[in-house]
Amino acid sequence: MTLGSVPPKFKVNIDRDQCMDCGRCIENCSYGVYRREGDKILIESRKCTGCLRCVAMCPRDAITLTEKPIDYRSHPLWTREVREDIIKQARSGKIILSGMGNARDLPVVYDRLLLDACQVTNPSIDPLREPMELRTYIGKKPSKLKFKKTESGDVELETKLAPNLKLNTPIMIGHMSFGAISLNSQLSMAKAVTELGTYMGTGEGGLHKDLYPYQDHMIVQVASGRFGVNIDYLERGAAIEIKIGQGAKPGIGGHLPGEKVNEEVSRTRMIPVGSDAISPAPHHDIYSIEDLVQLIRSLKEATEWKKPVFVKIAAVHNVAPIAAGIARSSADAVVIDGFRGGTGAAPKVFRDNVGIPIEVAIASVDQKLREQGVRNEISIIASGGIRSSADLAKSIALGADAVNIGTAALVALGCRVCGNCYRNLCPWGIATQRPELVSRLDPERGAIQVSNLIKGWTYELSELMGAAGINSIESLRGNRDRLRGYMLDEQMLKILDVLPAGA
Amino acid sequence: MKTVKIDARGMHYTPLNQKIRAAIADGAEEIILDNVLGQRFIGDGLRGNVCIIVNGVPGGDLGIFMSGPTCIVHGNAEHAPGNTMDRGMLVIHGSAGDAVAHSMRGGKVFVKNNIGYRGGIHMKQYEVEARPILVVGGTAHSFLGEYMAGGLVLVLGIGKDKAMTDRGIGSGIHGGEIIIRGEVDDYLLGTGAKKFKFTESDLERIAPIIKSFCEQFGYDAAEFLDTNYTKIGPASSRPFASKYVWE
Amino acid sequence: MSHGNNSEIIDEYITLHSSLSIFRVIKMCGIIGFIDRTKSRMDGSSIKAALSLMNERGSGDGAGYAAYGIYPEYADYYALHVFFDNLGEPKKKVDELLQQLGEIVHQEEIPTTPQPGIKKVHIPWRYFFKPSEDLMEGKMASENDVVTYIVMEVNANVKGATICSSGKNMGVFKASGWPEDVANFYRIEDYKGYIWLGHNRYPTNSPGWWGGAHPFNLLNWSVVHNGEITSYGTNQRYVEGYGYKCSLFTDTEVVAYLFDLLGRQHGLSYEMVVKALAPPFWDEIDRMPAKEAELNKAVRLTYGSALMNGPFAIVVGTENGIVGFTDRIKLRPLVVGENGNRLYISSEEAAIRVLDPEVKNVYTPRAGEPIIGRFIE
Repeated sequence: MTLGSVPPKFKVNIDRDQCMDCGRCIENCSYGVYRREGDKILIESRKCTGCLRCVAMCPRDAITLTEKPIDYRSHPLWTREVREDIIKQARSGKIILSGMGNARDLPVVYDRLLLDACQVTNPSIDPLREPMELRTYIGKKPSKLKFKKTESGDVELETKLAPNLKLNTPIMIGHMSFGAISLNSQLSMAKAVTELGTYMGTGEGGLHKDLYPYQDHMIVQVASGRFGVNIDYLERGAAIEIKIGQGAKPGIGGHLPGEKVNEEVSRTRMIPVGSDAISPAPHHDIYSIEDLVQLIRSLKEATEWKKPVFVKIAAVHNVAPIAAGIARSSADAVVIDGFRGGTGAAPKVFRDNVGIPIEVAIASVDQKLREQGVRNEISIIASGGIRSSADLAKSIALGADAVNIGTAALVALGCRVCGNCYRNLCPWGIATQRPELVSRLDPERGAIQVSNLIKGWTYELSELMGAAGINSIESLRGNRDRLRGYMLDEQMLKILDVLPAGA
Repeated sequence: MKTVKIDARGMHYTPLNQKIRAAIADGAEEIILDNVLGQRFIGDGLRGNVCIIVNGVPGGDLGIFMSGPTCIVHGNAEHAPGNTMDRGMLVIHGSAGDAVAHSMRGGKVFVKNNIGYRGGIHMKQYEVEARPILVVGGTAHSFLGEYMAGGLVLVLGIGKDKAMTDRGIGSGIHGGEIIIRGEVDDYLLGTGAKKFKFTESDLERIAPIIKSFCEQFGYDAAEFLDTNYTKIGPASSRPFASKYVWE
Repeated sequence: MSHGNNSEIIDEYITLHSSLSIFRVIKMCGIIGFIDRTKSRMDGSSIKAALSLMNERGSGDGAGYAAYGIYPEYADYYALHVFFDNLGEPKKKVDELLQQLGEIVHQEEIPTTPQPGIKKVHIPWRYFFKPSEDLMEGKMASENDVVTYIVMEVNANVKGATICSSGKNMGVFKASGWPEDVANFYRIEDYKGYIWLGHNRYPTNSPGWWGGAHPFNLLNWSVVHNGEITSYGTNQRYVEGYGYKCSLFTDTEVVAYLFDLLGRQHGLSYEMVVKALAPPFWDEIDRMPAKEAELNKAVRLTYGSALMNGPFAIVVGTENGIVGFTDRIKLRPLVVGENGNRLYISSEEAAIRVLDPEVKNVYTPRAGEPIIGRFIE
């Protein structure tokens, strides 16, 4: 053991004067930090992940948590994280697995974009008292309309509209599979989106029968593993999403560890209990853009061209031309997942190093689609690190039609972003399949929390639009004139096509 | 039996598939498609027990998402017949392209001659009623049964010295079995694939499949009912479980 | 040499922001539109008087007129009105471009009379031009496409030249100054037209530049506008996707391009263009009968990026008449008056009564409702 142990990440302390010895911390910690010995609660700080379940459940606020109680000699290059990764790999010879989104302290472009408001030359609009339209249609739109005159002289529409999804607010919940997260988490979100008139994704885990009542608000995913995919599944969904890539781990596949494949997951995914569910890196029937076209059209043929088909890609360097290719493929929407997108599990080196920010991806994709005259062919759905209504408004102003949220919805369910989703021990009952943990999440209450979050953002978006003198979401979309860059360099401003603050 | 004939000459696949659906809705039990040339997605997402006879060369993704019908092709098939197929049967009186039976989860695909690369890739099984079966009369190219998670791939090597001469067999296999007529050189096995002895009980298990295949193509099944096979399966049901260390 | 300063300022803007978006002119303004449906022509003196009545709405920083029917002797040719900073390099470049793409039938300086209130920062010039038929042969391009190309090319890329109108048998006359000064400068009473548009400007940005005054024109579309388009960035991105270049530093420019795109290129009726630009609300659409709802939904889905938000009242001159409309929640005033074959649209009733004291049937249209005056054939 020449390497010894590394310092614990957290130091957990119980204020013994405050503690009433109720033992809730022991019950609630699924990582085994607390145990009772005799009449004392003992603490094993090293096991703590910082999920804060014990803190949330302690009736006396007796627990305190200190991050990095012991630090290394500070060094700007050889950070604690770098040193610990090396030690872990020296010990194991393995790939470091991580959860949630990119954890590096990189500048957030959203935070350097500022929104506009009206003063004098035009009036702000009060969204609570005058019309404010957030209704968004996702899908293919004609580039122009044709009309004909009937014999009676009436004007009639000649152009046929492709199927579109109608969203009451431009916020959807992205794809988190049953397997990666619990059924109660999916149920909470499904109830919320159904109530609000928006949509959520199934992820690549099939559609559990308990979600059938909400299927009109579920987008079913077809990923490279094709888990749970059959004609019944395709017909149930409101739309179908082909997942090519994910922002947290562009270019690699998925891997649901066998531990998470219990009876229910097994049935929904249609694979044996306990076997690893491996999604290959590419779809093995897609090795080129024309193969993507073929899969899209096969899905449309299967569902008789009644359902929109989305294609989700990770934001990589060439995202704009790739999206332009997708726009010509019969797809109805492209979902772009930025490099801050979340995940249940991804190799850390991918999570933290591969891909580009969603803000930049939206800007360059919207621009490319317009240059090529195909913007109406496809809707743009942005995801990957959308934290607030401000991020939402900025995404739309950059050119997105709607956003997908993921982590934000989980935080609304209790997640504290500890990033240990892959361990199947989530004490909040979210990223786990253990029945005793899953039962901690009540879908009825979960639904209210998720719905509250989306309602709150929707109100805020209305207020932001009203302040900018805009009463229809179409007029915010791609309206980069209402954005200004703050402390962004010239090249970045050019790519975003945004003026600097003050100009 | 109610038979409907459709002349597919020069027809795009969407109207062709609409005609097939209409014929099924109208109670057709057999549909004969003449002059098929390159029309993709024949049988796409169809349910029921209809038998579709394809005279010609169908395009890619024949029988994709299909759940029940039988499709008999008098000709070769292109890319990925049996893709993500659920139930039913494809019988191809010829050869087929790459990714045959891709992600198939049930039903049967019988190919009289050869198949291309990555046949049976990511086939998977759920309980007994959903067990996909791919039988190839001739040979298959590399990465046969890659990522395979369940089901059966059988290669008979009819008319060949060796049934398999391409590499990467069962690369990443973590469920199901690949059975190959005769011996298979060790260096042809992919990562995580392992040879197992083919036993009498294995033969008993697959004999009905061999018989059914031979019946379709007019071979004498007796020639194949012995234990001269190599069985290839996963070395572990979790081949990459120890690839990671936690953050 | 007084014309140097302002164009230098604009040049600076262009240099600073050519790679980015653009600076915009924000303004208040009074507008007026007139049509005689029988094409009986009226001289410019009364429109001058009507516009001057609304001086309370302007700041003396810009005014302009568009008149249709003024060049009957050159009716088949495109009348290009150009502001030159000087008659050297800029004019040489425009001449070359026009000669390359067609034939200049006639050209001259637009006659002006010096006014104490107007600094002559540009030299107004007019060409009568016919695009070469060779360009159209075997191609998809029409005469209008060639002229559109010329306008975009000159306005975005030729320093010291701005084409301010490019229609047939019509022209735009505008400058920095009060309406009566601008009218007198151009001797507006010497022109006789069957459509007149007038605009009295109150800018809050780059007030000196003539190009920023209204009307804005492309081909036979001329726009006068009161208000501010809060959706400008969206509308701009939309039209620029179709090859238009918004290079005149003001939001109104985009309206002319929207009309050209939807009205000419997409072949929509004026009513349908207005429906796209100021559509009904979704709750109204939801209450419509199925077919009508489907049509309106199709318009909103297809032309969402053309929807104009913010306060506006607009009058558009076209080759077949005039079209007036306001924003969807009526944040700017618009008054309509009729008298026989004459239709008037203005910010204020008083202006209409100056033009025609006998005007009848004066009313204010509903938000988003198109007011269309067409010629009687």
